[in-house]
Amino acid sequence: MKILVPVKRVVDYNVKVRVKKDETDVELDNVKMSMNPFDEIAVEEALRLKEKGVASEIIAVSIGLPEVQETIRNALAMGADSGIFVNCTSKLEPLSVAKILTSICNKIKPDLVIMGKQAIDDDMNATGQMLSAMLKWGQATFASKLEIQDKKIKVGREIDGGIENIEVNLPAIVTTDLRLNEPRYASLPNIMKAKRKPIDEIKVEDLNIDIEPRLDILKVEEPKSREAGIMVKSVDEMIEKLKNEAKVI
Amino acid sequence: MKTLVVVDHNNNKLEKSTLNTIKAAIELENVDLLVLSDSCKDICNELIHIKNINNIFINENDAFKNQLAEDTANFIAENFKDYTNILFSNTSNGKNVAPRLAGLLDTMIIPDVIEIVDKQTFKRPIYAGNAIATCKSKNKINIITIRSTAFEEAETSDENVGEVKEIGSLTTNNLTKYLNSELTKSERPELTSADIVVSGGRGLGSAENFQVLEKLADKLGAAMGASRAAVDAGYVPNDWQVGQTGKIVAPNLYIAVGISGAIQHLAGMKDSKVIIGINKDEEAPIFSISDYGLAEDLFKAVPEMESKLN
Repeated sequence: MKILVPVKRVVDYNVKVRVKKDETDVELDNVKMSMNPFDEIAVEEALRLKEKGVASEIIAVSIGLPEVQETIRNALAMGADSGIFVNCTSKLEPLSVAKILTSICNKIKPDLVIMGKQAIDDDMNATGQMLSAMLKWGQATFASKLEIQDKKIKVGREIDGGIENIEVNLPAIVTTDLRLNEPRYASLPNIMKAKRKPIDEIKVEDLNIDIEPRLDILKVEEPKSREAGIMVKSVDEMIEKLKNEAKVI
Repeated sequence: MKTLVVVDHNNNKLEKSTLNTIKAAIELENVDLLVLSDSCKDICNELIHIKNINNIFINENDAFKNQLAEDTANFIAENFKDYTNILFSNTSNGKNVAPRLAGLLDTMIIPDVIEIVDKQTFKRPIYAGNAIATCKSKNKINIITIRSTAFEEAETSDENVGEVKEIGSLTTNNLTKYLNSELTKSERPELTSADIVVSGGRGLGSAENFQVLEKLADKLGAAMGASRAAVDAGYVPNDWQVGQTGKIVAPNLYIAVGISGAIQHLAGMKDSKVIIGINKDEEAPIFSISDYGLAEDLFKAVPEMESKLN
């Protein structure tokens, strides 16, 4: 069984992002970049399926500037077998990413795609669902548990009221939620080994896909800030403020 | 220009956030509603009181009971292609179906909208709400999910104002199958629509200690929430998580107890009307956005607060 894991290079989870002065974007120069945390969970889940003997091959794919190859190397260092780097200099929306991934899936024919439920930069939560629509495959979003039986995958999904269990025919798309697993750290020997693993390069132009953005970003601005209030000294004072000043209880 | 709101429900009752989504849709013109369920009657009885909408379309089919994205998205793509806007609430249901529909219709989804600037321009938070992007759409069909806390609820009338019409037919999918659900049972109000939310973090230290907070919540008639740290530690169920990757809440009163205030948590609650923070660390970032802060041991402060409220 072959698993494809798309990975995205994003601003690191711990960075407090700032809006650029000209309000065109957030500041991305000299900012620490990492693999999207949900994609790390996806890589980890693929590795566990391989360790259980369910999967035989894991391919990591990333799309963007040459730097995204670092993210692919991270996935290889965690244990993925090979990488695909789609070289693309234009800004991409989830719709275009889903089209590029559709084209790759048609070529390498994975049995399963595991990917993050959202990227922590644009917070879109869209690519997985769009990809499954385009491939006409079943989807299991927000996975917190997963089990493969024959040609089907059983997934526990995190929904607003709890967990929903569904069964999806393979090939399928799974998007990962936070508690599916805890991703491993790459060991030094594995980081060294990853340098010798193959990464195929594809130029996005060669795929003949319309990647023109459908949304123009007119402005990126700071959210309304919230002023700090006051510190109270006792529970009595807190209750008094809530009752008489804020009038919320 | 026609706008469709896909109604979110649990087959018996309307999901409250749908009212906020309808309010947003009314800013866009010509609103129709769509109910897909195995039993539409009770939901329609609620919907017919909503003002300023045209048609309530229904399709009753056993397959819709489980609200699988494959069925819902196919049905909408087949029957509502001629609409300009299709809106969903940004609930787990909406987030599951809307992007699939956008994929089918070759259109770029506009998720988690907090403001409609004009008929093609929308504001949405990015980077865990640390920036707000204004997007102008070049889509032929806009598929939008609405952040319910950013919009008021649609107005209702005492009279029946809506008209219910049946539409379309479903060819069920053979890709996915619903098995069962394990829903968290609770007598408390629903987290995303509660007036008061009491939330706990790592500072609680254990699942048992959360009972201290639950007593306070029950005294106030509040919903319970939690930070990611508390959920990851296994103190409370996953669906209590408030934050960037959990639920977005904006109650009248948010009580953050033993929560330090990571940006990912603040992303889920900073639009609350009044925020109070209780944390023994007086440097905790939660105090920088709290209207009222109390730097005290929560195991002393919370029971005291609970006993003094009546």
